Amino acid sequence: MTHQQATRRIVIKNQQGLHARPADAFVKLANQFQSNIEIERDTLRVSGKSILDLLTLVAEQGVQLTIIAIGPDAETAVDALAALVDSFVEEDDQPDIQPD
Amino acid sequence: MRILQGIAVSPGVAIGEAVVIDDKGYRIPRRFIARGAVEAEMKRLESAFAAVGKQIEQSRDEIAGELGQQYGAIFSAHLQMLQDSKLRTEIDHLVKQRHYSAEYAITRALGKYSKFFENLPNAYLRERANDVHDIERRLMGELMGNRREALEEIKSPVVVLANNLTPSETANLNREMVLGFVTEVGGPGGHTAIVAEALEIPAVVGVGDFLNEISGGDLVIIDGDQGRVIFQPDDETIARYEQEVEEHRSLAARLDLLRDLPAELLSGERIHLYANIEFPHEVDSCQQRGAEGIGLYRTEFLYLGQDQEPTEEDHYQVYAKVVQDLGGAPIVIRTLDLGADKIARSVGESRVAESNPFLGLRSIRLSLRNISLFRTQLRAILRASTLGEIQVMFPLVSTLHELRQAKMLLTDIMEDLDEEGIPYDRNLKIGMMVEVPSSVIMLDHFAKEVDFISIGTNDLVQYTLAVDRSNKEVAALYNNCDPAVLRLIEMTVRLAKEADIKTTLCGQMGGNPIYAMLLIGLGLRSLSITPSAIPEIKKVCRSVSLAQCEEVARRVREMENAREIKRYLREEVRRAVPELLM
Repeated sequence: MTHQQATRRIVIKNQQGLHARPADAFVKLANQFQSNIEIERDTLRVSGKSILDLLTLVAEQGVQLTIIAIGPDAETAVDALAALVDSFVEEDDQPDIQPD
Repeated sequence: MRILQGIAVSPGVAIGEAVVIDDKGYRIPRRFIARGAVEAEMKRLESAFAAVGKQIEQSRDEIAGELGQQYGAIFSAHLQMLQDSKLRTEIDHLVKQRHYSAEYAITRALGKYSKFFENLPNAYLRERANDVHDIERRLMGELMGNRREALEEIKSPVVVLANNLTPSETANLNREMVLGFVTEVGGPGGHTAIVAEALEIPAVVGVGDFLNEISGGDLVIIDGDQGRVIFQPDDETIARYEQEVEEHRSLAARLDLLRDLPAELLSGERIHLYANIEFPHEVDSCQQRGAEGIGLYRTEFLYLGQDQEPTEEDHYQVYAKVVQDLGGAPIVIRTLDLGADKIARSVGESRVAESNPFLGLRSIRLSLRNISLFRTQLRAILRASTLGEIQVMFPLVSTLHELRQAKMLLTDIMEDLDEEGIPYDRNLKIGMMVEVPSSVIMLDHFAKEVDFISIGTNDLVQYTLAVDRSNKEVAALYNNCDPAVLRLIEMTVRLAKEADIKTTLCGQMGGNPIYAMLLIGLGLRSLSITPSAIPEIKKVCRSVSLAQCEEVARRVREMENAREIKRYLREEVRRAVPELLM
């Protein structure tokens, strides 16, 4: 089995940053790939399949992140995840509703 | 390690794992589980996660159906958090490897995240802390729902941390299991504090907000002597306190040997040691400690925690039991000593917030304002007086008029009983508390009208120095050995002696060995103290002579500030009784 590695630099464009709903969508998508997925911000590197980890990156608007995938579907994974992050900007019109 | 300062209300040291009782009543029990229980604990964890997953899905579907998909999405994020494999791995590890309970493992793992989010500058991300709390609450609800531990049913030794404990909650604490407690609010005058002392549980109150930062299961040291609470102490601190606990234990064992010996000075004078009690069952511990009787029986408990005013029969049953259990030893029953705020419900008045409750309608004033309530209590005391040696004492008397009113009511009731043919002790001794400066100043007059007095130092200090010691801002000004207080005590003892009536001192000052030599030197021969303090005070008595005590009093008379006096007294008692671990 070949283990390829793919990396992709992305910039968070939506106003509210990588908050709950985008992070949820990101993790859901990440979990669909076999590859191990990690996200790097500066010197911090966390699992891309853990929403709590992802939120601790504090990825606000304008923050640069690197997606690193290692595994059989690494290329597909980084492509799809980068496209997802780009799509978040359209969400900005929708209210972010808090429970309680 | 984190040290908080509160108000010491019950002495001793407790070291144990925390049970946190927050406003919602969550009780996070012990930190560790037995090795063999890991598998069962993992099953509990598993089913809690599964149940909470269903709950969240249900919320998501309901909200999405009502308000639309994007509103439901927030619960989708919650579900994602709940199913976060990294979180789950961490929790599983805490249970399997470190043997934490499921509750504690969850609090530990999620607490890390919620703390992180709370401290973020970004408002949207900071909100994630609430999401984490939400999940934690759901999981706890699920886990505790099956096994909610009532306070009185705690099964392992713990220290209890709470915002507040009601007196009845405190009274119901299981003394075998609850090593000590700490509350965020409260002061030394509160009944919770008095109950803690009666139960002999180390306690610190009025610490301020801290519950949010504590997890159930954290190791806590309660230093009930210094009013300190130490969270997650380091090894050195634990070792130091453990040694202290051990030293106290061995001292207590040695002091226990004095039980049947009299409290007699080296020079031969007898000191009389009586006990203060709150509950009938404390008679046992008084007898075990070698008390000569009960010098102060507080009757407030009959009134608190009840929806209805106690009946004459309620009073009578309790008094009869205490007197009979005492087997002939004397008991001083103090009539109701409560403030209007605490008793309003029972007397059917609307609860009016007094701006100065300590200067307001309390104690004897309240009783004289509610004659039927007072009458009920006095009738029961008189009826019980045939069963043993009962004396009655009125609290907080500040004018002669009040004392005469109270005595007149008593005479009135005696006449009623005569008419009804109900027996009582015609020679019942009547006394009053001296705890207001006005009663000291007028004591030559008061002394003609009572058989005995008891100096209530707690209130005397408060009213002499005008300090509410439950007010953190001024509590430091409250000092038992302020020279003004000591002069009032000395004056009281002298005036009572001139009138040839018996004087006892009750209140926390009498139970602290630091003051014993001074009080004897000032002329006191009778102290009524918390039962647990009797062995130590007896030890001091048996280690010193009257000449030594009088010399201490002479030296103190020359001192002008409380700090100097306290330091001197501590040195003297250390020198006279080095065994006492002061």
